[in-house]
Amino acid sequence: MQAAEAVRARFRAGDRVRVRAATPPGHVRTPHYCRGHAGVVERVCGAFPNPEELAYGRAGEPALPLYRVRFASRELWADYAGSPGDAVEIEIFQNWLEPAN
Amino acid sequence: MNAPPDNATGSGDARGYYRRMQAAVEALLILKGVMSAEEVQREVQIMAARTYERGARMVARAWVDPAYKERMLANGKAACAELQIEVGPMHLIVLENTARVHNVVVCTLCSCYPRFLLGIPPDWYKSREYRSRVVREPRKVLEEFGTRLPADVDIRVHDSSADMRYMIMPLRPAGTEGLDQARLAAMITRDGLIGTALL
Repeated sequence: MQAAEAVRARFRAGDRVRVRAATPPGHVRTPHYCRGHAGVVERVCGAFPNPEELAYGRAGEPALPLYRVRFASRELWADYAGSPGDAVEIEIFQNWLEPAN
Repeated sequence: MNAPPDNATGSGDARGYYRRMQAAVEALLILKGVMSAEEVQREVQIMAARTYERGARMVARAWVDPAYKERMLANGKAACAELQIEVGPMHLIVLENTARVHNVVVCTLCSCYPRFLLGIPPDWYKSREYRSRVVREPRKVLEEFGTRLPADVDIRVHDSSADMRYMIMPLRPAGTEGLDQARLAAMITRDGLIGTALL
């Protein structure tokens, strides 16, 4: 879905990104367990209204690019007991992502 | 009305409190004419009538039709429309299980689930236990469902945290060559479409 005034997508599939280690008040959809962690963009989902605004009756526009980001499970949890290839893939809005090294 | 109970552990009267709140908000919306009781009942019936059979039908078609499979993996919403499956505003991503990768779906934040396609999720899917554990220790959780994966199969847990909704395309069971789509669809389970079960 592409809104007429959507924010331009900053990242592409394959880009390495880091989730901001922030704890703002109010409604957010970025899970705590991935904040501060780095992963790879698996795909660009399109642009969608910002849920942090929708929750308070606002329009949430301009629509923000939404990404699926793949995190290695052993990167998310130091004592992860599974295969090195295990991963968690999470939908994260662009305002929570920065480029990672 | 009391303040919401501390439900850090998911225990106490949390469920009763939120049930009362939901009933109160629903009654107020009806009282103020925002919606009617009939409209609520109609939507409840529509939701309850949707079953995972709709998703099973898509998977069975994808098993026998490689071109449909590629279209379904590229655009799940369009793949629903192709089979005249109404899914309203839902955005669907279908993820294919392979010999090397096993996918499983969760919504850690609440209970997002492809309701417009598969209907109502099972209670365990909405539980704090599933939501908190499957991202953290998926192999152990899957074993508790009776699903054992070899160590050389990678697990990908998909957290349905925003606008996408997910369905898993399970591996086609061995020995099913030549079966028609209806027979294949009947072999597919709801838990197979979530990723907690193998077929």
